[in-house]
Amino acid sequence: MEEIVLNSGDTAWMLASTALVLLMTPGLAFFYGGMVRTKSVLNMMMMSFITIGIVSVLWVIYGFELAFGYKADSPWYGNISFSGLGGIVNDFTNNGGYYPIPVLVFAAFQLMFAIITPALISGAIADRTKFSAWAIFVAIWSTIVYFPVAHWVFAFGNKVGDTVTGTGYLAGKGLEDFAGGTAVHINAGAAGLALAIVLGKRVGWRKEAMRPHSLPLVLLGSGLLWFGWFGFNAGSALAANGIAGLAFMNTQVATAGAVCGWLLVEKIRNGHPTSLGAASGAVAGLVAITPACAFVAPWAAVVIGLFAGIFCALAVGLKYKFGFDDSLDVVGVHLVGGIWGSLAVGLFGTHVVNSIGLDGLFYGGGTALLVKQALGVGLVAAYSFLVTLALGYAIEKTIGFRIAKDAEVEGIDLSEHAETAYEMSSSSRGGAF
Amino acid sequence: MKLITAILKPFKLEDVKNALQAAGVTGMTVSEASGFGRQRGHTEVYRGAEYTVDLVPKVRLEVLVDDKDSDSVVDVIVKAASTGSIGDGKVWTTPVDQVIRVRTGERGSEAI
Repeated sequence: MEEIVLNSGDTAWMLASTALVLLMTPGLAFFYGGMVRTKSVLNMMMMSFITIGIVSVLWVIYGFELAFGYKADSPWYGNISFSGLGGIVNDFTNNGGYYPIPVLVFAAFQLMFAIITPALISGAIADRTKFSAWAIFVAIWSTIVYFPVAHWVFAFGNKVGDTVTGTGYLAGKGLEDFAGGTAVHINAGAAGLALAIVLGKRVGWRKEAMRPHSLPLVLLGSGLLWFGWFGFNAGSALAANGIAGLAFMNTQVATAGAVCGWLLVEKIRNGHPTSLGAASGAVAGLVAITPACAFVAPWAAVVIGLFAGIFCALAVGLKYKFGFDDSLDVVGVHLVGGIWGSLAVGLFGTHVVNSIGLDGLFYGGGTALLVKQALGVGLVAAYSFLVTLALGYAIEKTIGFRIAKDAEVEGIDLSEHAETAYEMSSSSRGGAF
Repeated sequence: MKLITAILKPFKLEDVKNALQAAGVTGMTVSEASGFGRQRGHTEVYRGAEYTVDLVPKVRLEVLVDDKDSDSVVDVIVKAASTGSIGDGKVWTTPVDQVIRVRTGERGSEAI
């Protein structure tokens, strides 16, 4: 093995990126929290915060090894080890080749992905989920779904000399998913669909108004997500280099395109472009460009984003047709946006912007890449949906997944956390006139 | 004595209040209210899902007056509150048996 010298520029960027990606989860808490009613905003935000707590602990104990350890040499999972990251403190990152950054920085960066993925699911089951059941779900789901799937997609193996061992299944098959269109977004979207089916509809769904209680919070959340996503996508280069720059630019312009796309649909269909539409469009664009950000040219990123906004704006209404209460549209935004973005790599991918990328359909590469992308989409969606469905029913049958009906009507903040988000009394109002 | 109750468009409150003060009315009670009449509510759309909001925000203004002032004060309110469009609100009067000023214990017209 040649001598690796730590690159302080790369390491500094990865440390900053890691903090940026962490910020996405509180951002998500605001994004989701603003969309629910006043009586459940704290619970909605707590579902994200408890995920930060649980997944971080699991990651240190065995999660990182299970996702990125290579000793098992399996395409499906990494090492089964409970070493608590004690043995690798002085190592450099080896993920299909050496990176001149400490492995703990890589582990911390990947931890933030492991945190936000289950947090994304929470939007599908807003207002009605027993908090203890959610905590148990997060621990088990991370262990049997996220950690293995992250291995399939993100683990490029342990390279020693010319030999690479322990490459993940989809990574080995040539799936191009730069920052987690499959492992994060399709994974969370399919799991959200499964849990929405397991838990069933909220009391009063489609009968009473369930309007977002604070759109400024939603916009704040989407802004924080957008900001943090630069770390998510550009940080996935694992270096401060040209690929990071490409991913950065593509993240910006795709998101901008998706805001325009979503608002265009609203203006034509409903007559008014809405602030919720702008916030949702931004997230849809961020989701869609996630797998593609380092494999397409910026003009293509705009097209991917524009269509992500259009597709997702049209998709969020489908839950009413199919009759499942995916409360905050995890399916319509993350599953649909993730599928579109992952497949779009097979259309717009080009080796011109990234030498390791293949040419997609529109660049004369035929359907070869598109087929690899479809395999990744299908495998992750099917695995996540089926395992989550089984896990969801297992929790439902044993400890119960939902709170009591009267508690749900009274408000989950009060019943699960003994708190309320806002002082609603109007008798102390003064000065307005 | 009469209690005049007026339901107003919130943005007209300032005009009505000023007109009443100019007409010599020295006190009033104002509260936020919501409801609907012929104006009905409005429709809001969130991610393509339409919600009908029946109750429109209004202001309720209450004034206690002597019987002899009742008609003129009602006229002042109606004139100041009117925009000519649907949803301008309503004004009504109700008889009041007794009024007591808490500080002095004065009763009847003295307390107004």
